[in-house]
Amino acid sequence: MQAIAVDGVGVAAPPRRRRARRFRRAAIPYIFLAVPLILLVTFTYIPVGNMFWYSLTDWDGLDKTKEFVGLDNYEDVLTRPELYGVFWVSLYYFVGAFVQLAVAMYFATILSFNTRFKTFFKGVIFFPYLINGVAVAFVFLYFFRPGGVLDSVLAAFGAEGLQRPWLGDRSTVNYSLASVSVWRYLGLNFVLFLGAIQSIPEHLYEAASIDGANRWNQFRYIIAPGIKPVVSLSFILAIAGAMSVFEIPYIMLGGANGSATFVIKTVDTAFKFNKVGLASAMAVVLLVLILIVTAVQRVLIPDEGGELV
Amino acid sequence: MTVAASTVDPVHESVRQRFDLISRAATMGKYGSLALITAISVLPLLVIVAASLKSAPEFQSDGPFDLPNQVRVSNFQTAFNDGRMATAFVNTTLILIVSLIGTIVIGSMAAYAIDRFKFRGRRIVLALFLLATLVPGVTTQVATFQVVNALGLFNSRWSSIALYTGTDIVSIYIFLQFVRAIPKSLDEAAFIDGASHMTIYRKIIFPLLRPAIATVTIIKGVQIYNDFYIPFLYMPGRDLGVVSTALFRFKGPFGTQWEIISAGVLITILPTLLLFLFLQRFFYNGMTAGAVK
Repeated sequence: MQAIAVDGVGVAAPPRRRRARRFRRAAIPYIFLAVPLILLVTFTYIPVGNMFWYSLTDWDGLDKTKEFVGLDNYEDVLTRPELYGVFWVSLYYFVGAFVQLAVAMYFATILSFNTRFKTFFKGVIFFPYLINGVAVAFVFLYFFRPGGVLDSVLAAFGAEGLQRPWLGDRSTVNYSLASVSVWRYLGLNFVLFLGAIQSIPEHLYEAASIDGANRWNQFRYIIAPGIKPVVSLSFILAIAGAMSVFEIPYIMLGGANGSATFVIKTVDTAFKFNKVGLASAMAVVLLVLILIVTAVQRVLIPDEGGELV
Repeated sequence: MTVAASTVDPVHESVRQRFDLISRAATMGKYGSLALITAISVLPLLVIVAASLKSAPEFQSDGPFDLPNQVRVSNFQTAFNDGRMATAFVNTTLILIVSLIGTIVIGSMAAYAIDRFKFRGRRIVLALFLLATLVPGVTTQVATFQVVNALGLFNSRWSSIALYTGTDIVSIYIFLQFVRAIPKSLDEAAFIDGASHMTIYRKIIFPLLRPAIATVTIIKGVQIYNDFYIPFLYMPGRDLGVVSTALFRFKGPFGTQWEIISAGVLITILPTLLLFLFLQRFFYNGMTAGAVK
């Protein structure tokens, strides 16, 4: 834009040099964008394009030839319960995500008011989010193991009857893993909510307390509307996140005991069973589902992303 | 509340007392819940500290809440040496530094081009970046693997570096926000003085992006240090372990030696904890900036 304004400076130059200069100026943004775009295409768009192509073949990842099989892989994904069935596992994480958002909102609210040791509590709630995923996995393998931390806590409260192999029992394994996920990600939501609450102008609270509003009313009429955008964004991220859970169940149990999620199944299909074609079809299904969720978000919260263009 | 304190009116007095009671109960509930969440956050980590200080027989006979009878560092030595943690830290550091430099240079250049120039295909470029943020990384590895393999990067540190640098779009958006905040009159003045666009980027824009660079370093640094899947998939070589994969390999040889595993876990967490304690403010600001966009 400014290029046009300064163009007058070059008026004295002969036409050929001027054209060369203008050409160079037009080329500059492409030069700046060349590397990022090459990387973007190489590591995002070529893989996604290939994925669509592989999903229509029976490729094993090694063969020179790929047999075209049409939509057979998709038929498999949508009809074989051992493939689409694992989506039910996401429900545990989905419910966990709701608990996580509610708890995060509660603590963000009370810590936005005057509280002693605020910095300490803030740090304590946030820090788990920064811990290495493998470390988190080991911490909770130790926590849940038979005779481990949880069982000891239960014994201390005289509740030995509740002890069970938390990760070995198919009826509890996904509750346990979903709660690890809540433990790990609570801090992020908490910090985001706290940031949003603290950006609400102080004078609104003052006006409200002059009008006799109590804490609940302050939350209901000032805080809740103020943090609505970040909450709705978190909801969408929670849904997308629950559909693509991978690290915690994979590192802790390798997806055993009914803890396999759709992503774990996809990764195993590709790299353990060498069915790249089928795995690609699974990845495409997940990608489409996530795009649908995002599209719904764009419709519900239209201003999101608008500032980028 | 305190204004009413001087009145002796009995009716007001009883109202005030009731109000006091409610607010005291609310305060107790508040600090009670804070104590509970502190316990939930910290307890799983404290028992790991206790375990890491015990000897093997002591660990066998003790419960998880029993304190170790002495402070010993032997488990940490075993974990660090037999767990090949030194190699892991070197690899992680190398990957971290190169990827961060790459991300910062590429992200700031892309942001400068997108914000300061009108050019053909600008909307397409923006759409390409935006669409790429929606693609979930873990699943596309099925096909990314073939690309990395074809480029001959498999089982080398460059695989992780290329993927961390090449698939990071969030950083571009962070830089974009900051570039937008730099007044255009600065570039225009420099341009009239005869500076080239490259000079403007290097001498004016880039130095003013320091806060953005701090933000990206924090977000990206945590992400790379904690990432498990990319090094796990692309760098299976024994000498190519990073912190995550080195710790993951404790599963086999140390099987049920929880005192050693615990030490390894703490060795992994310690750098993060120290950094967090010293740079808290940057972490909070970085997370807010990174997650919202």
